[in-house]
Amino acid sequence: MSGLNTSLTCILCPMSCVLELTVEDGRVIQLSGNNCKLGPTYAEKEMINPTRTLTTTVEIEGARIARLPVKTQGEIPKSMILECIRDIGRIKVKAPIRRGEVVLENVAGTGINVIATRDLS
Amino acid sequence: MGDSEIKAADVAVIGGGPGGMAAAVAAKRAGAERVLILERDFDLGGILPQCIHDGFGTFVMKERLTGPEYADHYKSLVADSGVECLLNTMVLEIDEDRTILAVNPAQGVLRIKSRAVVLAMGCRERTRFQLLIPGTRPAGVFTAGAVQRLVNIEGYLPGKRAVILGSGDIGLIMARRLKLEGVEVEGVYEILPRPSGLTRNVVQCLHDYDIPLYLEHTITMIHGKKRVEGVTVSRVDARRKPIPGSQRFVSCDTVVLSVGLIPENELSEKIGIMMDPVTGGPLVDEWMETSIPGIFACGNVVNVYDLVDYVTYTGEIAGQGAARFIKGELPERNPVRVMAGPGIRLVVPQQVTPARAVEPFSLYLRAEEAGTNVRITVKCGDRIIARRRERAVKPPEMIRLIISPEKLKEAATGGALLVELADEGGTRDERT
Repeated sequence: MSGLNTSLTCILCPMSCVLELTVEDGRVIQLSGNNCKLGPTYAEKEMINPTRTLTTTVEIEGARIARLPVKTQGEIPKSMILECIRDIGRIKVKAPIRRGEVVLENVAGTGINVIATRDLS
Repeated sequence: MGDSEIKAADVAVIGGGPGGMAAAVAAKRAGAERVLILERDFDLGGILPQCIHDGFGTFVMKERLTGPEYADHYKSLVADSGVECLLNTMVLEIDEDRTILAVNPAQGVLRIKSRAVVLAMGCRERTRFQLLIPGTRPAGVFTAGAVQRLVNIEGYLPGKRAVILGSGDIGLIMARRLKLEGVEVEGVYEILPRPSGLTRNVVQCLHDYDIPLYLEHTITMIHGKKRVEGVTVSRVDARRKPIPGSQRFVSCDTVVLSVGLIPENELSEKIGIMMDPVTGGPLVDEWMETSIPGIFACGNVVNVYDLVDYVTYTGEIAGQGAARFIKGELPERNPVRVMAGPGIRLVVPQQVTPARAVEPFSLYLRAEEAGTNVRITVKCGDRIIARRRERAVKPPEMIRLIISPEKLKEAATGGALLVELADEGGTRDERT
């Protein structure tokens, strides 16, 4: 077998199955360790196109606290997390701001916007 | 204190975090007129505003929110419902007749006569001095929650290279957070053979960022004069004692402690409320009423729940209970004990009066150890009143078991309820 062997913990339920898998040409070709049919779906997603919602904070001026919490409005590719963090780290906003307001469009070219997760005045 | 200001309330809620906000809104909706939240911070929300990660509210809201979003949602409910909030207000004492002594910068000393009280003070982190970690006392030793506040609210990083002791959820979350902010995270050290936090946090905070987790390890010495210069870590044996010869020096300028949360019950203990030594919180019943009639409790002051959703649920029940109490709608108590039997570490509520059951009536449980294919049974004498199979249980993941009020009433005469966890043809796995 020429594929890459790896393991990963499924987090879809408290069983936390440790999935042993072989990946070849960007496909999961062999999988064991799962106790249910969600295992293969989870493994496929995590190996081929893992995504995450990124949450962080940005500097805010004129508010009673120093940082405004923000998140990506949808999930971004896991491989883009550091670039997104760098991009978001460059911005600075001014109070007042409303929850849901876009503070950065198309973060790191992902097509995803970054929004405020609280009201701050 | 003859000149202190006197206020009156129907329901006074001590603490404006998720439990307190849910209780206040529920009390108002259940018909209490003057509902008052007393909060010592300058804003409502409790710990939620600094918990900027997502995953809150999957049960209550059916979506994954961040902490600030969850808090904002409840803050608007509080504002819309006409609950009065006294911020920057610290409660010093509560009497048995439910008179509250509080202070704030605007009004000075306040006395509030309330017809019912809901305790919602939350919990507090264990510190270095409760663990008795030897060494010097340099700057740079923080609890995980303090680091979370510094980074996410106040905009400071705690240091450049951190070691995390304990694998509680806040420690795992902060490992990822620090890494994203450019702090080097050398590793997470856990004295137990398993992580203390939720598996999804181990995976998404440590595995995702290649942060090592050292199980059966602890810090045996903190070094440094003015600032932390490093720690000595050691492997521990099955009795959690450091193994001689296993120690190693790790250079760092920051130590982050995530070693457990303790319900904050100074007020409760002062009035003589009966406490549960296992949860560290008041003994409560189906309406979250404590041993003192008219004083209710909810959220992490009762027991450290792992989900904010559960905190909200208990707050709603406590708030409704308080409203019923002042309207004389709570039947007399005639409680039976709810006991943690074999395989169960703790159960909340700890007592129930079957005749006045609340709906849905939920028992919150923690398993003694990890296992797969287990059966949880609630018995009253020989009678089984609830039973559930679980494919997997883990001590860090609390179990919520809903029992129908009818079943509970049927069991009314049988004495104490016993909750048990047993293998069902499966094997217990103590390694996970």
